Amino acid sequence: MGTLKFLIEKEFKQTLRNSIIPKLIIGYPIMVMLIFPWAINFEVKNIKVSVVDHNNSVYSQRLIQKVDASKYFIINNITSSYNEAMIDIEKNHADIILEIQPSFDKNIVKSKRADVMLSANSVNGTRGLLGNAYLSQILNDYSAELRSELAHTGVPSRQKMSFISTIPQYKFNKNLDYKVFMIPALMVMMVTLICGILPALNIVSEKENGTIQQINVTPVNKYQFILAKLIPYWIIGFIILSIAFVVVGLLYGIWPAGGFLPLYVSSLIFIIGISGFGLIISNYSATLQQAMFLAFFFILIIILLSGLFTPIASMPKWAQIVAHSNPLSYFMEIMRMIYLKGSSYSGIAAPLLSLLGFAVGFNMWAVLSYSKSNN
Amino acid sequence: MIEVKNLRKNYHSPKSGKYAGIGTKDNLEKGISLSVPKGEVFGVIGPDGAGKTTLFRILATLLLADSGEARLSKWNVVDDYKEIRKIIGYMPGRFSLYMDMSVEENLEFFATVFDTTIEENYEFIKDIYQQIEPFKKRRAGALSGGMKQKLALSCALIHQPEVLILDEPTTGVDPVSRKEFWDMLSKLKEGGMTILVSTAYMDEATRCDRIALMREGEFIAIDTPANIIADYKQTLWSVKGDNLSSMLADIRDFPQVQTSFAFGDEHHITVDQNLTKSELSNYLSDKGYANVSIDDITPTVEDCFLALTNEEN
Repeated sequence: MGTLKFLIEKEFKQTLRNSIIPKLIIGYPIMVMLIFPWAINFEVKNIKVSVVDHNNSVYSQRLIQKVDASKYFIINNITSSYNEAMIDIEKNHADIILEIQPSFDKNIVKSKRADVMLSANSVNGTRGLLGNAYLSQILNDYSAELRSELAHTGVPSRQKMSFISTIPQYKFNKNLDYKVFMIPALMVMMVTLICGILPALNIVSEKENGTIQQINVTPVNKYQFILAKLIPYWIIGFIILSIAFVVVGLLYGIWPAGGFLPLYVSSLIFIIGISGFGLIISNYSATLQQAMFLAFFFILIIILLSGLFTPIASMPKWAQIVAHSNPLSYFMEIMRMIYLKGSSYSGIAAPLLSLLGFAVGFNMWAVLSYSKSNN
Repeated sequence: MIEVKNLRKNYHSPKSGKYAGIGTKDNLEKGISLSVPKGEVFGVIGPDGAGKTTLFRILATLLLADSGEARLSKWNVVDDYKEIRKIIGYMPGRFSLYMDMSVEENLEFFATVFDTTIEENYEFIKDIYQQIEPFKKRRAGALSGGMKQKLALSCALIHQPEVLILDEPTTGVDPVSRKEFWDMLSKLKEGGMTILVSTAYMDEATRCDRIALMREGEFIAIDTPANIIADYKQTLWSVKGDNLSSMLADIRDFPQVQTSFAFGDEHHITVDQNLTKSELSNYLSDKGYANVSIDDITPTVEDCFLALTNEEN
C-alpha cells in the first residue's frame, strides 16, 4: 500500500508539472460544454429557397409568404424561369427549388388539387432531405388551410371534410432541443478520451523512454505500477465530469433528473472499463506512434457506432451488432436516461450490467495480455 | 556472486536465417557459462551486437532465457525474480530515469520504491551523489551526460545492492568522467559488492578483475586482463610513419605480415617470427614512405580480441 501511494504521488507530480494537462483538465470540460452543444446540432435552419412562380396569383403569393414566415426557410429569389432557379442551386445560392404550376390557383378552386414541384440539392444530404420534409409540411398545412377556407366560403363541396390534427408532445425533452440530447453524450466522449486514452499513452511513453525497465528491476509489481497509472486519471476523470455537470447546470439549466449518485456510480464503472480498454492498447504497442494510431482507430469506430450522432435503431443490422458490443453506447444510454428521464437504478439496470461486464472483460484481457508481453 | 550455466537466448528469425542473441552458434545445449565470485569487478567486453545487453537483461530478470540457468547470490533469475529485484542494482545502457523529475525527486522515488530513504543510505552513495548534489533541484533531463550517469548510478545504488549490473555505463561519457566512474566502481568493490559491467571500450578492460571477451553471442576468452595479454603468442609490432592510411594496404601486401590493423596514429601488425624489422622497414622505404619507425610492443586487450577473432575465422 505504501508503494502504491508513492507511485501515485509520483504520477501526480509529473502530471501537474506537465505544461498542458493541468490546463486541459479545467479547460477541456468547459470548452466542450460551452461550444459543442451549439455546434453539434442536427436541426437544419436557414434553408435557402428559390421559388419559380409560373402562376403569380393570390394563392401562390400566400404560399410563398407562408414559406418565408417559417423560421427554417429564407426565400432567396422569386423568378418565373426554372433555369434561373437552377443557376441559383449551381451557385449554391439556393438549396431547394419550389416550382408552382401556371394553373395553380384554378386547380385549387376547381378540383381542390394542385401540384407543386420540389427539387432539393442533395449534395449535403441531411440539408436536402430535411428541407424537403419541412417544406412538404408547410405545403400540407397550407392545403389544409385552403380546404377549410373553401368549405366555409360556400364554394360547393360535396364531401364533408374532417380534419385530424396531430399535436406532438416530446417527452423528457419538451422542446426537442438537441443540446439537451447531446450534452450527456458529449460527457461520455470526454471521459472516454481522458480515462481511456491518456493512461494508455502514459504507459507507452514509459516503455518508449525505457523508464519501465528501471521500474521492472525494482520490487514494484505490475499491479501496483498499473494501478498507480490509472488512479490519477480516474480522479481527473471525475473532476472533469463534475466541472461539466456544474457548467451545464449553470449555463443551460440542465441538472440530472435522476440525481448525482447514480451518475457517479455508472461513471465509475464505465471509467474502470474504458481504462482497461486503454491498457489493452498500451500492451500491444511499443511506441507512442503505434498507441496513438491504435487509439484513434478504435475511438473513431466506437464513437461513430455509439449512437452519439445517429440513433442505433436506424443503423444497418451489422452496425447495430457492433453498437451493442460497444461500451460507449451503453454509457450514453445510461447518461441520457439519468439526465433526461430521471431513471433510477432499476431503470438503468440492464445497460449498467452490460457496462460491468465490459469492465470485467477488458481488464481481464488487459491483465492477460500484459503478462504475455512482459515476463 | 553470479553463476551462469549453459545460458541461451535466440532471436533467430526463420525468414532471414540469421542468428542473434547469446549461445546461438554451437550445438543447442552448450550455451554460455560464467562464474563471478562475490566482490569481483567482472567486465564483459565486446563489440556492438555481441550479446552483452541480452545477457545483462536476463540477469536483471527483464528477459527470459530459452534454456540454461542463471543465479545471483542464491536466487534463480526465473523462479526467484522477486528476491533478485531486491538485491540488484541495474543501470541500463540508455538513461532511463524520469527526465521531468528533479535529481532529488528521482533519487527519493527510487529510495521509496525500495522501501528506504536517502538519509539511511547517504553515507553509501555520498562519494557519487555529492558530485551532483549542487544540482539536486535541476530536472534530470537537463543534466549533462556525465552527471546523468552519476545520477543513474546513485539511483541504482540507493538500496545498497549486493550485485550491481551496469550495461555500457561509460558509452558517450567524456574521458575524465569515465575515469572517475571506474574509480567509483573500485571503491564499491572494496565494500564487497559484485559488479558486472559491460563496455565496448577495450581500454577499460584493465580496470576489471577479470574480463570475458564476447563476440557473436559467445565468450571467446574469460580470464584476468593480465593473463589474456600473457596468452598472446604472436609477434606484435607497431608501425608509424607518414601517410599511414595508404601504408596499411602496402603492409598487407607484404607476404610475411599476417594481420594489420589501424590503431589511431599507428598500425599494429603481427608477422612471421623470422621477419626482421629492417626487412619491413626497407620494403616500406622502397615504396616511398618516409619517417617509418617499427617497434616491439606489448599487446593491449584490443590486440588480444582481434587475434582471437582472427583465430576463429
